[in-house]
Amino acid sequence: MAPTLCFNCKEARAVIIRPKNRHKLCRACFIEVFETEVHETIIGTNLFFRGERIAIGASGGKDSTVLAAVMKTLNERYDYGLELCLLSIDEGIRGYRDDSLETVKRNAKQYDMPLVIVGYGELYGWTMDQVVEQVGKKGNCTYCGVFRRQALDRGATRLKINHVVTGHNADDVAETVMMNLLRGDLPRLSRGTSIVTDSGASDVKRSKPLKYAYEKEIVLYAHHRQLDYFSTECIYSPEAFRGSARTLIKDLEKIRPSSILDIVKSGEDMAALVPAEVRGTTKSKKSGAAEDEPSGGCGSQNGRTSVGEMAAMEQQLSANEVAESNETEIKLPAAQPKAKSQPTKVLKAQTIKHCERCNYISSQRICKACLLLDGLNRNRPKTAIEVGIEDEEGSSTLMRQMERAHLSAT
Amino acid sequence: MVESSTGGYPIPITVEFTGGLELLFGNERKHKVVLPAQLEDGSPPNISYLLGYLVDNLMQDQRKDMFIMEDSVRPGVLVLINDADWELEGEDAYELQAGDTIVFVSTLHGG
Repeated sequence: MAPTLCFNCKEARAVIIRPKNRHKLCRACFIEVFETEVHETIIGTNLFFRGERIAIGASGGKDSTVLAAVMKTLNERYDYGLELCLLSIDEGIRGYRDDSLETVKRNAKQYDMPLVIVGYGELYGWTMDQVVEQVGKKGNCTYCGVFRRQALDRGATRLKINHVVTGHNADDVAETVMMNLLRGDLPRLSRGTSIVTDSGASDVKRSKPLKYAYEKEIVLYAHHRQLDYFSTECIYSPEAFRGSARTLIKDLEKIRPSSILDIVKSGEDMAALVPAEVRGTTKSKKSGAAEDEPSGGCGSQNGRTSVGEMAAMEQQLSANEVAESNETEIKLPAAQPKAKSQPTKVLKAQTIKHCERCNYISSQRICKACLLLDGLNRNRPKTAIEVGIEDEEGSSTLMRQMERAHLSAT
Repeated sequence: MVESSTGGYPIPITVEFTGGLELLFGNERKHKVVLPAQLEDGSPPNISYLLGYLVDNLMQDQRKDMFIMEDSVRPGVLVLINDADWELEGEDAYELQAGDTIVFVSTLHGG
């Protein structure tokens, strides 16, 4: 069988079929087309300004590695005049994060970009290993996701950088659209599709330059450029990537590859139809979007949409049903204050406030991260306290008493 | 011995797992595999046969559905035949040739 020739150059052997239009392209043309499309997205949305300092949320995984490679290429090719650096979050998961952080360190050298790593340990006083030790493997993704969302912002603030780009791709956005549709969450639907989301808490804005890039093409781009990326499953949620929304998207893609971008486009069109009073704050773009970023734990390190969220949503939905039939309110572990803020029934404008503790954007008085931390700190096991206290050893009973006294004082 | 190139000689190929799939195969990316020239029914081995072969002989993880679903690769797993998307080569009907490299890439793992 004679090899299929490239649709573009009509010379080289085609190696990929583009999901969005079924064009068959050779390696070189594919790489160029992929990069050009990201460039067009960036230019079309005025994503950056000359001289802007950009932190690339880097996990060592495929999406953020491709993002870093493409950003570097485009910045040089089209002379954006951007100052790029890599920002990584260390969740503190031994045996998982260590390896991927090594990848990020190699990336920093390969792309000649400065790298900053901020850890959950230093930001929150808890590493994920410690969280899991306390809460168990079930539900730990919630913590990871909530913490990660803030961590990128806090890391960027520390670097005095106002713009973080993340590797969210079209599949991620399609997944978010589907989930928000399924739960009838119009405010989030309208906010989740936009390419730029301001956090409101700080001056840090987030954007996703790969928003229109298929995950499939991202993986193939990494493959054909032989990029150095790391893929593994988070050791705490080995099953997480089977999330229903993700599976649905992948199944749809198999039947009709254009589905993914179609869903993204539909999401954008529907977002435009959402009335301003439902959308949340209108005139400023500071719509609390940082909070809306999917709380992806689960092996998706750069805050990608996840499966954890889907599971949480399912849990929430079924809990709501039970609550209705029993006329009781079901309190979900680790998310008690959530029930109130879930706009499942009444569509109300969400007022965006700042957390009284940490000043991060929050629709509640106290943000989710601080609430989770409260829970963790309240139940901090005595062993962990002993480790935390640097004094010479006292009896653990005494320490427990001290801890109790401290708690009742707050 | 035999005229046809796919005749009596076994077919050595290289199989690679990346994007997280290697975890299901003893954490080894590259595997050398030798396939029989002919299957029991006389047909040459194709990708469809290879999938079953890999699950039966190479896979060390119990979770088959991370790789195979409904007798094909799980949606989200890409197959490259000599670096080209398998759709360009006839998907699971592609008949393997000596020296082929088949790459399986998962897009499903964390990014």
